[in-house]
Amino acid sequence: MRTAAIRFIQSRGTVGYLLIAAVLFSAPLFISDFRLNLLAKFLSFAILAIGLDLIWGYTGILSLGQGVFFGLGAYCMAMHLKLASTNGALPDFMSWSGLSELPWFLEPFHSFPAAVLLGLLLPAALAMLLGYVTFRSRIRGVYFSILTQALVLITVTLFVGQQAYTGGTNGVTGFREIFGYSLSNPDVQMVLYWITAAVLIVVFLFAKWLVGTRFARALQAIRDGENRLRFIGYNPDIYKMAVFALSAAFAGLAGMLFVLHVGIISPSMMGIVPSIEMVLWVAIGGRGTLIGAVIGAILINAAKTGFSEAYPDGWLYFLGALFVIAVVFLPSGIMGVRDKLMALVQRRSERNTKQLAEKGGESIGANGMDSVLRETNR
Amino acid sequence: MAQTEWILSCEKLTVDFDGFVAVNQMDFQLARGELRFLIGPNGAGKTTMLDMICGKTKPTSGKVFYGDATDISRKKEHQIAAMGIARKFQAPSIFQPLSVFENMELALKQNRSIWTALFRPITSEQRNRIMEGLQLVGLHEKAHMRAGSLSHGEKQWLEIGMMLLQEPTVLLLDEPVAGMTDVETEKTGELLMTITTSCSVVVVEHDMEFVRAFSSTVTVMHEGMLLKEGSMDDIQNDQRVAEVYLGQKAG
Repeated sequence: MRTAAIRFIQSRGTVGYLLIAAVLFSAPLFISDFRLNLLAKFLSFAILAIGLDLIWGYTGILSLGQGVFFGLGAYCMAMHLKLASTNGALPDFMSWSGLSELPWFLEPFHSFPAAVLLGLLLPAALAMLLGYVTFRSRIRGVYFSILTQALVLITVTLFVGQQAYTGGTNGVTGFREIFGYSLSNPDVQMVLYWITAAVLIVVFLFAKWLVGTRFARALQAIRDGENRLRFIGYNPDIYKMAVFALSAAFAGLAGMLFVLHVGIISPSMMGIVPSIEMVLWVAIGGRGTLIGAVIGAILINAAKTGFSEAYPDGWLYFLGALFVIAVVFLPSGIMGVRDKLMALVQRRSERNTKQLAEKGGESIGANGMDSVLRETNR
Repeated sequence: MAQTEWILSCEKLTVDFDGFVAVNQMDFQLARGELRFLIGPNGAGKTTMLDMICGKTKPTSGKVFYGDATDISRKKEHQIAAMGIARKFQAPSIFQPLSVFENMELALKQNRSIWTALFRPITSEQRNRIMEGLQLVGLHEKAHMRAGSLSHGEKQWLEIGMMLLQEPTVLLLDEPVAGMTDVETEKTGELLMTITTSCSVVVVEHDMEFVRAFSSTVTVMHEGMLLKEGSMDDIQNDQRVAEVYLGQKAG
């Protein structure tokens, strides 16, 4: 792990990463409270995108059910905030539905640490369970994706139906405070923004370390040829379950932070359309590159906000067009464009300095892994 | 059990693919340290035999005993592989997006759990072993190249190098020289000889020249059954073998 840290510090991109981190932390200085709140929301989405990139970009498993994990995390945090805001009374939506006391399974949400723990563990456990059932029976590719969609449908239906416990279609909202601090206070929001930025950076660094380990080599091997990996003695099912659970935990984490900034979670935010949108962030940012997923999540959501402010009805068309363009012209997303440009510049300068004919295959350095990944995704 | 120490012993192995019996009541024994060729015309069930040994195909009936009489016929592929049975498929089975070195790193004999994969980077001793392996297959200068950009022959050698690092007890090879030039075939033969000194090997092969060069025991299969087992001379002088296999090829 220490060598990974050293490698990270020495790598070329570090300056860029530090710059991004600096911009993120100083953002409250130059944007309005309203924009800061939006940015905080986008950063929480970026956390989810990193998890999705690990399972889709690196392992080649397309999960169209990340919305569920996101929602589970969000509901955990929302339930805690709700209970904390009612001073011991029953939350409003529960009494409307005829409950007279808090159900036993919601008791743990009085505690903040318990809520956070559940917000991570519930999505991970659900992913583990779904992974156990599907991966062991060798369900792969589109069939797996369809199953994750089914999971979304089931969960959304369940959450809408169990109004007494989940607030039904309206979801859970109406929180006032966290740890006694008012959530509507701009200063509190600013601190929450910093916390989100810090969590994003920690998650990013963790993922960065992860993709440097043999674990990630095994994940990439699964994407390239799962059966081959079996025949050299690895059990891909365990690796797939682990990365699926991890991506679900990241989604849960994102959901918890999302609720802090947005103040509501409802079934519509964990449905099929949001789940597919999440995949678009990664696709457009550039799957198989962690920073691409982050950039994709932030840019697409910024564009979404910008567009829906200017043309409230046109957003979905724009999104559709963006996806078509990304699939047809930018199969490796924004990061692919960057790499192509850099390769172009490099080739120019190489041609100018020496007229060496390049023979054999392309060589990859320690930092070149990402470009190779994208190469194969094409 | 016979006096010879069998590392692998298949008893009445049968597989029925929805009515088509690909392998029928096949008995097959491999001695420790032996190099065995498995030949036979197309559809004789040679590859299916290997599939059943390595767990890719589950036999309908029959058993496969490995080492000290463990029945592995119901075990999973990765368990069998971890027990020391390595399989080389016809098509080069390497991981294209990974570098040559990373391919070797995955194959290296070590704990395959997630925990070790996360927290135990390879030691310098292991790194040296990988580089030695690469040196042996002649790919040490391409260690950081993407495996997908290697030539067909180089991919095969990389795979052989990976198998070397796996340190298998039994090696199952499926047409290791198919699609190779003469020079490549020769080099592959030499590499295989290196590996076979340290383990028992079963080779499925069509190239009779290649088989003859090794002069070891040959098992002939025909329509899923054992036809003849013996030295290459025995095989060539056998009337039935000539009919179903060699004769067919000559005529």
